[in-house]
Amino acid sequence: MTELVPVLSATWADEKSWSLDTYTAAGGYAPLKKALGMAPGDLIQAVKDSGLRGRGGAGFPTGMKWGFLPPDDGGPRYLVVNADESEPGTCKDIPTMMSAPHALVEGVIITSFAIGCNHAFIYLRGEVVHVYRRLLQAVREAYEAGHLGKNIHGSGFDLDVTVHAGAGAYICGEETALLDSLEGRRGQPRLKPPFPAVAGLYARPTVVNNVESVASVPSIVDKGVEWFTAMGTERSKGMGLFSLSGHVTRPGQYEAPLGITLRELLELAGGIREGHELKFWTPGGSSTPIFTQDHLDTPLDYESVGAAGSMLGTRALQLFDDTTCVVRAVTRWTEFYKHESCGKCTPCREGTYWLTQILKRIEKGQGTQADIQQLLDTCDSIAGRSFCALGDGATSSIISSVKLFREEYEAHVEQGGCPFDHAASALFEYADAPEEAHA
Amino acid sequence: MTATADKPAAEAVETVTLTIDGTEVTVPKGTLIIRAAEQIGIEIPRFCDHPALKPAGACRQCLVDVASPGPDGNLRAFPKPQASCTMTVTNGMVVNTQHTSEEADRAQKGVMELLLINHPLDCPVCDKGGECPLQNQAMSHGRPESRFVDVKRVFEKPLALSSEILLDRERCVLCQRCTRFSKEIAGDAFIDLQNRGAQQQIGTFDEDVLDFDGYRPVGAAAEDEAGKAFSSYYSGNTVQICPVGALTSAAYRFRSRPFDLVSSPAISEHDSSGSAIRIDHRRGKILRRLADNDPVVNEDWITDKDRFAFAWQNLDDRLARPLVRKDGELVEVSWPEALAAAAAGIRAATAEPEEGDARTAGVLVGGRVTLEDAYAYAKLARTVLGTNDVDSRARAASDEEQAFLGSAVAGTGMGVTFGDLEKAPTVLMVGFEPEDEGGVVFLRLRKSLGRQQVLTVAPFLSRGAEKLAATLVPTAPGQEAAALSGLADDAREALSQPGAVIVLGERVAESAGGFTAAQELAAATGARLAWIPRRAGERGAVEAGALPGLLPGGRAASSKAARAAVAEAWGVDSLPEKPGRDTAGILAAAAAGEIGALVVGGVSASDLAADVPAALDAVDFVVSLEVRRSDIASRADVVLPVAPPSEKSGTFVNWEGRLRSFATAIRTDAMSDHRVLDLLARELGAALGTGTVEAVNSELAALGAAGTGERAAAPKAKAAKPAKPAKGQAALATWHQLVDEGALQAGEPYLAGTGRVAVARLSQATADALGVARTVTVASERGAIELPAVVTDMVDGVIWLPLKSPGSWVARDLGASAGATVSVKGAE
Repeated sequence: MTELVPVLSATWADEKSWSLDTYTAAGGYAPLKKALGMAPGDLIQAVKDSGLRGRGGAGFPTGMKWGFLPPDDGGPRYLVVNADESEPGTCKDIPTMMSAPHALVEGVIITSFAIGCNHAFIYLRGEVVHVYRRLLQAVREAYEAGHLGKNIHGSGFDLDVTVHAGAGAYICGEETALLDSLEGRRGQPRLKPPFPAVAGLYARPTVVNNVESVASVPSIVDKGVEWFTAMGTERSKGMGLFSLSGHVTRPGQYEAPLGITLRELLELAGGIREGHELKFWTPGGSSTPIFTQDHLDTPLDYESVGAAGSMLGTRALQLFDDTTCVVRAVTRWTEFYKHESCGKCTPCREGTYWLTQILKRIEKGQGTQADIQQLLDTCDSIAGRSFCALGDGATSSIISSVKLFREEYEAHVEQGGCPFDHAASALFEYADAPEEAHA
Repeated sequence: MTATADKPAAEAVETVTLTIDGTEVTVPKGTLIIRAAEQIGIEIPRFCDHPALKPAGACRQCLVDVASPGPDGNLRAFPKPQASCTMTVTNGMVVNTQHTSEEADRAQKGVMELLLINHPLDCPVCDKGGECPLQNQAMSHGRPESRFVDVKRVFEKPLALSSEILLDRERCVLCQRCTRFSKEIAGDAFIDLQNRGAQQQIGTFDEDVLDFDGYRPVGAAAEDEAGKAFSSYYSGNTVQICPVGALTSAAYRFRSRPFDLVSSPAISEHDSSGSAIRIDHRRGKILRRLADNDPVVNEDWITDKDRFAFAWQNLDDRLARPLVRKDGELVEVSWPEALAAAAAGIRAATAEPEEGDARTAGVLVGGRVTLEDAYAYAKLARTVLGTNDVDSRARAASDEEQAFLGSAVAGTGMGVTFGDLEKAPTVLMVGFEPEDEGGVVFLRLRKSLGRQQVLTVAPFLSRGAEKLAATLVPTAPGQEAAALSGLADDAREALSQPGAVIVLGERVAESAGGFTAAQELAAATGARLAWIPRRAGERGAVEAGALPGLLPGGRAASSKAARAAVAEAWGVDSLPEKPGRDTAGILAAAAAGEIGALVVGGVSASDLAADVPAALDAVDFVVSLEVRRSDIASRADVVLPVAPPSEKSGTFVNWEGRLRSFATAIRTDAMSDHRVLDLLARELGAALGTGTVEAVNSELAALGAAGTGERAAAPKAKAAKPAKPAKGQAALATWHQLVDEGALQAGEPYLAGTGRVAVARLSQATADALGVARTVTVASERGAIELPAVVTDMVDGVIWLPLKSPGSWVARDLGASAGATVSVKGAE
């Protein structure tokens, strides 16, 4: 049985967990002092050796990303933290910044020191105003404590941190769209190359890292590479936040070593909603192909999930029990992608527009058998054809659900409507809820 | 060593060899796959791609299969099809397009299907139908039937981006060619993408589209300084590069089908750039004009004036038959009668009187005529009318300018070129507004933004200069010479870099000593000089000798050797020796009763500061050669109709010195000026020999350029003393806006609507000193102009007015040109 390893979440239950005092009392900012005594190159090497992989979804080795920066040419280089968490189901960065913003701030300082950055940016999803306030306060406290500013703790290292709130667009989680948005432009993905490491923010070398990746850095510095590599599986090292949501008894954040299985997590979370069985789930948010009961024992690491036909993504485990209509769930996700498509490229812009209409028709029982094939054909015209990965993500749940639950799609067509009782799947009093909740 | 190996290293281009659809091709490194494919005749469908714009990769229509060698040398296929418009070639790359890869073909068909789901099926009523890349590529790469049975996205239509440019958003495929053109090429980012997903749309700033959700934007972002939403001099190019029928022009919308049009190549008559255009006409009527691609001149672009201003030649006042004044009224007569009347009138007006000297004749030629026409006017003046009183400068002019043109421009062939301007490390502009007076010259300069230092000697930084990131050398009008002599050391240093260019506009003639100082500066720094006049015919007229002091080929009329050489070529005994007068001089002499007859062609009286009506009234006999019944034609005794450029052949010499010959686009019985003058000369008993373009050109070729000792000396003029405007006065600065009320822009209200609002500009200090607030009245002895005042960061003691914009006809109403002292007062 895999045990939980609260690292980032260690202080979340403490009194005023977001304050500098609480964080410092729990040993916070000691890693910073240790890091400032190290050579930046050694820090990069340590993160490389730790095997830490990007926690934003793609899983690219963090240390390697840092190593891509060209040699110092005297000009500025930037660290940009991607805190634009907006994927349906994904809810790990927001609680991290809400409950322990200093973990991120400390990570930002150590990372900036390692890569030679004197001005770091945290690009936060604009809707989470309360998190924005927490972050601003944490940054202010860090300045007051001398963790930020000029000549930090006598090291000669200067760092300023700017917290920027976006305007609420899923696409701005794509790193180059994020950079454009941060520069004050319309948030749409940039043509690559040049990659951000070469020409990122303001056309300068830039590292873009996820909140959880950056927040994990202090623990690696503090407890050492071996401590980190002792957790996880062969190529997916360390711990990660697993966000359980949906038809589960105790939804929430479960910080565990990578490679834990859903069966183990469900045990920790009290199992699926009482009286019901797991029907399907997403391993890493709505843009990853869905899994079923067959995958309860798939180790949740990058390789195993990939081998099973999905992606570890952001470890956003949305669980759906047997009361859930898969067509309905997939339609809601697709509506999200239609709404969030930035519009830059044809496949994503037009494809999600079309998919939504077909899915809505099928859901209402107005579809045809040909529509099911049309769904797959349209997905085929989007996946692998769009400018950025958003288009691919939009098709994942459709393709996988048709593959796994084709008969349910067909049932909608044959019965001329949805065979499920929507009230049964609701986690609230369906009848009393406002009309929007019935959507 | 081979001959090729001797070439300097800079010319060696690193190449890359790859295989596309089984054919090996070698292209320069950095070439995009889509361009490499074009070179071997493989066309990959595309929408967002445009060779003159930066790659976008937005439409995804050009997806192809790509494999390239990995570090181990083995070919590795990309897992997904790649956009050939964004990927550059590498050595050993293997590309399979829709012709050889099923995957690429499937990808392209898929994208095409998606592009069409929201596209209306209105091809039968769409202006683009018949020449539409979407229509064509849907036919060649699309499915025969649509599988889309759902609801299409619709928008209100059309959205007027300006009075000229209309947008049908539901037709738009969001390729962003128009927005990229506006940002990258023109620098007028008034349109952009708004909203997102399927609701994404092109438009001007629109709060309703952007949905501010309770918040309000700060400041007046919706309008430019002129109060216009999409006010660009180059906006028409967006219509031409739109790959669907989303952008249309108000002037052409619903007027024609492309397959009903006859296309003729032509050269724009609107400025001295000589832009290549295509005239599309139907049954003798021009329906539209488009930019033709000319890589060395206008590349892919033209100005809106080049594109839209063609209605002038077919207005109701177009002259079809000659007119002769009978009993005070101009009446239509036959050509023989008109020519006879003209000849008789000229003869009578210049006949030897019983006592005193005979009154002479003068010739006024506008700067709009072709090289051949200008030559005919010049030759007529000197061989038939026996005078050097001929001038093509229907604007402010000076003897210093003539000395400069004679010594450094006429007969020198090609000088600085568009390419040289683009490559120049430093460009100093004097008396020249690149956007307003240069048209596509501005676009060439802007192409080098960030690689080129631009300096401008002007009273303020115009919007065009600002878009070039130009540094202002603040100069009051008339003080250009002093500004050049006193140029700061760093600017001189910048001009000393190899390839630096000093651009002199025609307005340098308004500033005493300007040409002299510019030549000194050029000599001191090694910078090259380029003279960029405004009108299309200016350079040709200089070459043809249609200036009082210039004979063809840059020969000075004052040079005995030059006169003898030209007289011999023309088969006459001698040429007139008496120095000629310029336009202002001729009109002054006319008003004083010294001139008996005037031959006037292509001149608008309202362009001249002189009192033209008074001068014309004082002359016994006026012959006017005109396309339309102009202000001068209506005062003439004989009016001879001539052909507009689209109805004749000829040559414009552009500012580079490049011959821009064009053939007749529309055949009518209208005759060119040179042919009409040939007929007139015949009536006067002389053989002018200018009956055909070929005849004129062979004479010009035989004449060649000036030989040693035949040229004018370089100008040596003193700089003007700074004007000291008294209380209530200011120095007048003025120039033409590109879109204004020039004669060749008549009859085109949609274009006029895109022109900048006429305002008077003055500095805060000047406004305070003169008590000017919202409105200003600028007055001279002749009259007054009242305009809204705009406080501008500019030289004190100066007031700027647009030269011929609505409500501001400076030459006619003030009788003044730049540098003049005018009285200024505020008005309520």
